[in-house]
Amino acid sequence: MTTASVSLGTSVSSQSRFMQLAMAALLGIFVVGFVGFSHLDAVHNAAHDYRHSMAFPCH
Amino acid sequence: MNLFRNVVFIAAIAGLVAGVVLACLQAYATVPLILKAEVYEQAGGGHHHDHAAAPAETGDAMSSAAPAGNAMSSAPAPAEAAAPAEDEGWAPADGFERFAFNVVANIVTGIGFALILVAVSEFAGGIGNWRQGVFWGLAGFAVFTLAPGLGLPPELPAMPAAELLPRQIWWTATAVATAAGLGLIAFRKSLPLAILAVALIVAPHIVGAPQPESFETPIPEGLHHQFVVAVTVTDLVFWLVLGAAVGVVRGRFTGTATSLRDSFA
Repeated sequence: MTTASVSLGTSVSSQSRFMQLAMAALLGIFVVGFVGFSHLDAVHNAAHDYRHSMAFPCH
Repeated sequence: MNLFRNVVFIAAIAGLVAGVVLACLQAYATVPLILKAEVYEQAGGGHHHDHAAAPAETGDAMSSAAPAGNAMSSAPAPAEAAAPAEDEGWAPADGFERFAFNVVANIVTGIGFALILVAVSEFAGGIGNWRQGVFWGLAGFAVFTLAPGLGLPPELPAMPAAELLPRQIWWTATAVATAAGLGLIAFRKSLPLAILAVALIVAPHIVGAPQPESFETPIPEGLHHQFVVAVTVTDLVFWLVLGAAVGVVRGRFTGTATSLRDSFA
């Protein structure tokens, strides 16, 4: 399971590697959370059909 | 930040591809059902987005048979009718604008899901080719659609539901628990941990999702069932395409697709 270090981010230390992957994952969670879970009416209305179609809790 | 940049790059391309595919599928399979449900919603005169006095206004705009005792004058009715789907705040106009915003939402969240998928899979060795990607996609489908959808099935407008925040918390906790469970099963060769994994996957459903007080709805059972099937199948395709796209893009990016081929199975 260490094959990835061959391909992506070869030169980084394991701590830096962890931080960068964690940041990427957090960015993704933030993006999905904002579009899919935000309580702002405008965001909800803009992504209304998407929320229903992804079975996100809505309304 | 080399690794971070690479992850974002791969996620952006794969998310864009999968998001466009899902938007096309939704335009064909799920959005028409949402529009049908909105007809029932408006005929019912209420709107489940309502928090205050909205139902009376919507009802008045939608039906000229509103009670005479209702204080609404007829003047605001055209303004209300112009945006029938949403009665609070700004909303995209029906037709192309609404479709366009749905495409944007699909692409943005497609990239968001791709970021999560790529980052998590890198911890476990990375997605080396499209076939590994399909398995990762199945896991994403199980975590983000299947498990939360058991307790909180896809719902149409005008369907009753419990308070929003508790449902969002349950949804998120279920996704996290399912992901942790699948991760333990896939990457830890230990029977006790596998048993713990099953417990993690099952636990949210023993706790149970927040349910509405009443299931009464104007939406026909057949329409809802059709919607549940459409959502589940389109989301499955989305996750398979996303996983495969990550595998292909990452393979091209690193040029090591073939050498990683055996790292998963």
